[in-house]
Amino acid sequence: MGDTESGTTFEAVVLKHLDAAHNLARWLTRDPHDAEDVVQQACLRAFRYFNGFRGDNGRAWLLAIVRNTFHTWLTQNRQDHTSVEYDEASIGLEQVEASREDHLHGTDPEKLVLRAADQRLVEAAMLQLPAEFREILVLRELEELSYKEIAEIVGVPLGTVMSRLSRARARLRVEIEARDAR
Amino acid sequence: MSTTTCDEIRGLIPLYADGELDLDRALSLEKHIEGCATCAAALQEHRALSKAIRTAPYHRASDTLRAKLRAQLAAESSTVLPVPLRGSRDWSRWTLPMAASVALAVGISVLVSTRQSRDQLDDQLVASHVRSLQAAHLNDVASSDQHTVKPWFAGKLDYSPPVRDFAQQDYPLTGGRLDYLAHRQVAALVYRHRKHVINLYVWPSTDGDEAPAAHVRDGYSLVHWCKDHMDYWAVSDLNPEELRGFAELQMAAVKDRADPDT
Repeated sequence: MGDTESGTTFEAVVLKHLDAAHNLARWLTRDPHDAEDVVQQACLRAFRYFNGFRGDNGRAWLLAIVRNTFHTWLTQNRQDHTSVEYDEASIGLEQVEASREDHLHGTDPEKLVLRAADQRLVEAAMLQLPAEFREILVLRELEELSYKEIAEIVGVPLGTVMSRLSRARARLRVEIEARDAR
Repeated sequence: MSTTTCDEIRGLIPLYADGELDLDRALSLEKHIEGCATCAAALQEHRALSKAIRTAPYHRASDTLRAKLRAQLAAESSTVLPVPLRGSRDWSRWTLPMAASVALAVGISVLVSTRQSRDQLDDQLVASHVRSLQAAHLNDVASSDQHTVKPWFAGKLDYSPPVRDFAQQDYPLTGGRLDYLAHRQVAALVYRHRKHVINLYVWPSTDGDEAPAAHVRDGYSLVHWCKDHMDYWAVSDLNPEELRGFAELQMAAVKDRADPDT
């Protein structure tokens, strides 16, 4: 990339993915203003580090920066009450696994589809999840990224992506159930 | 199906639905599911959940944010990146006079280029210092503990900057962050002296040791020194003499380092 093109190239590679960056930031911060703050900081960082960007996956690169910026922002603001960040043990794995077993043998898929039609219910359930679960579901289901891309963005091995994704889905299902029962 | 058990299939369903299964295993899963209602239901259920998640809102960036960012990046690029761009534009204005004095120009070109890169670095240092104060983005890691700040840089940089706290000398360490200067990522350590913020930029150098030298740029004091193959630049609105005092402290600390982790 030549110096004269660094402006347009940055725009082509990174600003193209501004929607993805904003979507992730919004789901992580759960607040429109905070999301814009995080995206702005992230884009500024991305701009500064752009010369060091050698890959061909601008979206994954930018999303990784958004994610890191969010964590910096979080330690500065400490307001994410529902999630004990990235503490795998705190997530209540056994309970989740147990309920997952129930589901495997007892749910009617039709019913789940019907419930899913209630978009607000799904959104509320998603927002209740710990940040690491929200993040991985957004990357997989809303961004439709591959496990490999997710592993790069989140900075964990492939195996962790698979197990975390599976626990995130199980946990979301529990949240949807709980809401639906109310 | 006899070759693959239901348990195995259950484990593969998410990978299959996510398109992460290789062809062989995908085919054997499909074959199993044709003859197994329970596993077929499990797959259907998985897909239903996936579909449900996809109804969640996708928050696109607003046009306002987009516009704001473009403006911000334009401002940023005029201070940081296109130093060569701006240089080349200026240069074209001087083409004619310069052509008339090619011999002279060649004679002093070495001097000029060193001088220019120094000026550019000064500009970048001051811009970075000012930005760190404006953007409320002074610290990526906020801590007065050198044993917290130093490890934070591990894995983010390909070198390990010496980090020391000088709270007793009234220059407390308040944190650190990554910055981009001189075409590389650098460590920025943040100190305070009374109400003044000091940004200390550190990166590896091939030069020998150099004693602290102070100068003023756009009203900010800059002090540069080299020690143990590290380049140090301190930037602050402190007066140059005080900032040089800070540099001496830093330099002395590197000299008598007894701490095994630095």
